[in-house]
Formats: sequence, C-alpha cells, structure tokens
Amino acid sequence: MRARLLAGLVLVLAACSSPTADLLVVDSGGEGTTNASDRNAFGNSARNLTNDERRRFEIGDSFFTQNWVTAPSSTDARDGLGPLHNAQSCSSCHLLDGRGSPDSGEPGLLFRLGVLSGDEQAPDPSYGDQLQDRSILGIEPEGSIRVIYVDEEGSYPDGSVYSLRRPVYQLEDLAYGEISVDVVVSPRLAPAVFGAGLLEAIPEASITSLADPDDEDGDGISGRPNHVAELATGGSALGRFGWKANVPGVAQQVASAFNGDIGITSPLLPDENCTPTQTECAAAIDGGSPEITRDRFEDVVFYNKTLAVPARRGLDDPDVIAGASLFAATGCTSCHVARHETGASEIEALSNQVIYPFTDLLLHDMGPGLADGRPDGLATASEWRTPPLWGIGLTETVNGHLNFLHDGRARSLEEAILWHGGEAAAARDTFAALDSAQRAQLLAFLESL
Amino acid sequence: MTVAAITLVVAACGDSGAAEELETEVVANYADLVHESYRISLTSASKMDQMIDTFLADPTADTMAAAKEAWLKARDDYGPTEAFRFYGGPIDDEEDGVEGLLNAWPLDEAYIDYVEGAPDAGVINMPEEYPTIDAELLVSLNEAGGEANISTGWHAIEFLLWGQDLSGDGAGNRPVEDYTTAGNADRRAQYLAVTSDLLLVHLGRMVDAWAPDAGNYRADFVALPADEALGKIMTGMGELSRGELAGERMTVAYETRSQEDEHSCFSDNTTSDIVGNASGIERVYLGRVGSVDGPGIYDLVAAEDEALADRLRDEIGASVAVAESIPPPFDQHLAEGVSDEEPGRVAIFDTIVSLEGQTDTIVEAAVALGVDLNLS
Repeated sequence: MRARLLAGLVLVLAACSSPTADLLVVDSGGEGTTNASDRNAFGNSARNLTNDERRRFEIGDSFFTQNWVTAPSSTDARDGLGPLHNAQSCSSCHLLDGRGSPDSGEPGLLFRLGVLSGDEQAPDPSYGDQLQDRSILGIEPEGSIRVIYVDEEGSYPDGSVYSLRRPVYQLEDLAYGEISVDVVVSPRLAPAVFGAGLLEAIPEASITSLADPDDEDGDGISGRPNHVAELATGGSALGRFGWKANVPGVAQQVASAFNGDIGITSPLLPDENCTPTQTECAAAIDGGSPEITRDRFEDVVFYNKTLAVPARRGLDDPDVIAGASLFAATGCTSCHVARHETGASEIEALSNQVIYPFTDLLLHDMGPGLADGRPDGLATASEWRTPPLWGIGLTETVNGHLNFLHDGRARSLEEAILWHGGEAAAARDTFAALDSAQRAQLLAFLESL
Repeated sequence: MTVAAITLVVAACGDSGAAEELETEVVANYADLVHESYRISLTSASKMDQMIDTFLADPTADTMAAAKEAWLKARDDYGPTEAFRFYGGPIDDEEDGVEGLLNAWPLDEAYIDYVEGAPDAGVINMPEEYPTIDAELLVSLNEAGGEANISTGWHAIEFLLWGQDLSGDGAGNRPVEDYTTAGNADRRAQYLAVTSDLLLVHLGRMVDAWAPDAGNYRADFVALPADEALGKIMTGMGELSRGELAGERMTVAYETRSQEDEHSCFSDNTTSDIVGNASGIERVYLGRVGSVDGPGIYDLVAAEDEALADRLRDEIGASVAVAESIPPPFDQHLAEGVSDEEPGRVAIFDTIVSLEGQTDTIVEAAVALGVDLNLS
C-alpha cells in the first residue's frame, strides 16, 4: 500500500512537470482501461468489474449485439422490431461497439428531421423527428436518403493540396405523403460506445466550470452547456451525449436509440415511434409492453456504461511526443480537454477515476461548413458538442474505415481537422500553417489515442 | 503488490536454462495437442458428412437419426478446440480465420429456412433470388448484413437436421418429409450437403495450419518468444472460461431464460457443448489428448509454485465435473417458473461461478509465469 502511494506521488509530480504530461497517459479510461488493441478493442468490459458485474455486462452485450425480430416470435425476449426502424440491433450501427460509416452500405448514419420556427424546431407532422428507412414486412419504410458528395479542393500555406467532400442529402421514396417544405435533414453518425459511463460520472460542476458562454477570457472559445429534457425526472438536465449534447445520460441515450432506431419500446419510452398519420405502424403487433423488459434494458445500459476504454499505444515514439506538444500549441486542448476526474457513481468501477477523454462536453460554434441548420435544446444550428477523442486511433482497426465528424464526411483525421471552423478556425489555421512533418507528428499523436 | 511484481520480474530474468527448455517443450507440446485435437475433430466430422450423404441419398427416419447421432459425436470432438481461439490464431485470424464460418452462433434460423409463422423464409425458399446453392454462395452470405445472419457451420447443420426446438422438454423435430416431399426439399438437401462439405474444408485448414514440419502457422508459433506464445495459450484458456463460456453461453441463457440463448438450441446438446469447452481448457492445462502427452502449462506453473499449479488443476477439473452434472436437456432449466433452487439451475450457476473462479486463477498463474494477460 505504501509503495503504491509513493508511486502515485511520483506520477503526480511528473504530471506537474510538463504541460503535455496529461496528453501522454497510457490508461485513458482509469483503472478499467483495456490493453486490447485488436479488432475487439472497443468491446471489452472494464477490467475492474466484479464477477457479478461481468455477468450483467454479458447479458447487456447479448441484447446489444443480437438482432431483434418481428413480433410475434418464439424468440420472445427479442421480438418487437419496428414497425419502422433504421437497424435490427445496436451493433448494426455500432459494429463491434464502434463507429458507423456512411460509405459501408450498412446502417450507421441516420437522419433527424426538424421543422423550423424561429430558433426552435419541431418534428414533422407525418414523419416525426427521424427518418426510418427500414420496416417490417407489410409496413412501408418512411423513405430513403440519397447522399451526394461535392468535392472541395483546398491547399495548405506550404502549397500542398487536399480535397474535402461536402455531403448533400436528398429525400427519396417518401411513403407517407408530403413532408414539410421547410424540413431540415440532419445526419447523425453512430459514434463508438465505450467510456460512456465514465463521461456520465464526471461531476456537472467540472463541466460547467469549463464553460465560457460569452468568451470573457477573450480566447475566441466559448463553450456552452446544453440543457435538455430528462425523461426519468420530467425535468431538465445537463446534456452530455449525442452530437449536440442533446441527451443527459446513458439510460436516456439507450432508450432513445432503441425507440427511434430499432422500434423497441422500453420503460423510459413506452410508445412506438409512429406518428398520428402512420396508422398501420400503430396497429402492428407489438412485442410486449414494453418490448424490452426493465431488467434487460438496465443490463444494456450497464453494458454501455462499462465498456472499457482502450489504452494508448506508442507513447515513447518521438513523433507522438512531439505531436502532443503541437496538439497543445495549436489550441486543440481548448475544447478537447484531456483530463477529467469522475465523481461518485453507483457503479464502483466508474467512481473516482482519472480519465483522459479529450473533451469538455460543451457546445461550440463550428462554423457554417459543419452547421446542420437544426437547433437542438440550447444548441444552435452551428453548434456541436466536442466529441471525445479517446480510442479514435483504433477506428480503422476495429471498424475498417476512417470516417469522422457527425456525418462521416471526413475520410481521415486530417480531413476532420480541416473541417473545423467557427471557434475552432484559429486552431485549424495554426495546424494548416505547420510544416508537413509537424502535421504528420500531430496526426501520429491522434493515432496514439 | 508493486513489490511482488518486481520480485517476479527478477525471477523471470533469472530463468535457468532448464526453465527455458521446459517453456520450449510446453509450447511445442501445445502445438502437437492443437494439431491432434483438430485431427480428431476432422475425423468425426468426416464420419458425420458420410452419414449426411447417406441420409440425403435415402432420406428415412433411420438415416436421419443416424446423421443426427453423427453430428452429436462430432460436436463432442469440436468443443474442446474452442480453447484454441481468442488470440488471432488460424481459427480466428483477422484476415482468414474460419471461426465465423464454422461455429458462429446464435443464428437467425429464418435466414436459412422456414420457421414457425414464416413458411417462405430463408435462402432455401428463395429460388429466384438464389438459384444455385453452392459453397461460394453460402460463404458469401455468412454474416452478411448482421452478426446473426449465419449461413454455414455446425449450427446451420444442426438446424437443418433438427429444425426449431418448439417444445420445452425435447429437441427440435424436423420431419423427414422436409427432405422428400416438402417444398424446396431438393434445395434443402443441397444446402445441407454443401454446408457439411464446407465444414470439412474449414476444419481441414485448421489441421494443416498446425501440422508439424510445414511452412505454416505452427512453424511461426513455436518460433515466437516463449512468453508471447504462453500469453496466447493462456488467453485462449481465460477467454473461453469467463467471457465466452461462463458469460455469453451460460449467464445469458440462465438469466434471460430464453431457449434461443442456449448454445445448441435445436439439438438440445448444450450440456455436452459446455462440458466439451470446459474439458478443452483442461486439455491445454495438462498437455494431454489422444496420442499427445507432454508437459503442459501445469508443469510450468508447478516449477514456480506447485501449490498454485495444483489448485488450478483442481479448479479446472471441478468445473468439468460440475458442468457434467447439469441434467440435459439444458433448456428445461430455462423455463419460466423454475426456481433458482432447482438442482439444474443450481448446477448451471455453480458451473458459471466455478469457471469465473478458475479464470482468476489462470490470471494468477500467468502472473507467476511473468505473462501479462488481457482478458476481456
């Protein structure tokens, strides 16, 4: 015990000695961090779970991974798919607990709908707040979306050129009549799942202490907390999850995804996602009320909370170390805040952990290039939540692609940086002004995450 | 804890020549044991394939029963080989591993053939979309569009022989007419013949990958630094013990009481499957199967800490014994209303706890050998 205390002390001292120390810590996810770096690197349980907890994790895993089927079925624990849906299982979009891709041909990118009135938006009367492009037999899917990419050429100050692609979306095959003329279509890529329980356990005060809504410190970075409806209490709470921080907690995120994406009702969202005009949808046979029982729902939530964060790799590589300094110097850390501490959690393994998610969980204006035009809670049309960066260096290993940002338009980490605008424009410009060797070092740093 | 770890590192650095020699022997014996295990499995699977051919040439209740019997026998020989998974070896290599083609589970039956309430479901009943059922088609369809969309392997054959298990107290009861007069009987027969042949092809690849004196995976494996090879061997033992067997295969079925979540849900062979897996771990630990009998992980651990080696041997043996005590059919213990105090459910739960306990000891043994295990 004494030896451990001493070791801890040494680490703390080391951490104070260098401004980049927080950027080069192996165990991104605290004591539960997994050392796996293979194709299943996102799918392991936190290493510090008890055997009882691991059993819950396994059950949750099963209900996360396996397909839901049409009701009624002999598979009665897993029936009730749809009637309207985007996917048959959580893992259809979060394949291997990872990130979706718009280019894979599999589910993984879905589309929110909103009809604007001033700064507010409301669901479309016929299609609701999400386009479901799949359905069970006998029910028409709502429609589909055609994605068209427009290439945009650009160049670095040193003269080297790059090409970005901007997506344009067209609604097609709409099956439930006219859609509102001023409907806004907003894409949402499925993010990797691990670490959600740790993010949820960061004390609210730690997050709001990072906020600077009126940019009083004059650094060009605001940072605003979102406050959104909380289903469990009927009140409002700090938003932490979703691309616009529009969801307050893991349970609500899981319930929303079950309901909107798979058509599975749960204790938190007991009604099917059919709009008033979708009468066949509403009349279809359901898989129970709710379709996922409270116990199983809580197992899936537990699973989502306790997936382990993968450890960093290659931290003794000189390029990675140099890249860390550049990551700080270019201003990335203004929003991608490396270090947090969790507070108390009902899950002991998540409590009082030092973690390195590289996010402030706040909203930032990312400029017109990324704006989706659809406000969400307090988030404006051009604001997005800083996404965590932990694990992004394993995206290709796990999911076989490098599609980043809320719609997967970026085809590499480099493209993702180049899309940063608004409050992040200065950091992007600083990155672009680096020489090519330095840019490579910064990217090597990101790949170590 | 820190002090203990330092001592171990020092001990590992001070390995004598004799200890290194033993490590090399253990790794080589493991390679022999894996090869022998797959050879045994291929032999009984070939027998099964013959019985399936006999059945399809003359589909009667008797030939069907003989084919089922052969599946059950072959399944017993495959189960122990699952201890050779989980480290990216030939069975589950990222690039060309065949595990998903051999043994993926659970499968969505309606992806293959009709099920209750959906008489036209499945590839078999879609002649226009899939006019020719051949090996290429089935391999291409496996896991297309979802992890449960399984078209090949042990459980596909099992489903085609037994059909859905719709009763609480017996296995599936597919009528022999499915292979004579029923709709698409010829396509069903073709599907069964092709997927059985494929199973032999994929098992054969495992035998080849581990054969001695060849430029294959085995040659690379025995050339690895000993601690790396031992890490792989013990990862296979630990992952099968806890995450796969205690977790995915047993806990989920036990807790959800869903028959679909028992491993061999069509044939009701789940208890034997569990025993097969558990005995595979024992096989690796002791280093013995068939004609192979050399030093195992046990001997290495014993050289460091004999009491620990014996304790792990006893725990692994106890897991096999308690798994054998689960009364078949497994699914009778999953029915609603069966109390957790009933002997069958107690035996299932005890097996889960025993497997979890032995996993902790496997990790302890790895530490004693200076091997860093990262179990999920």
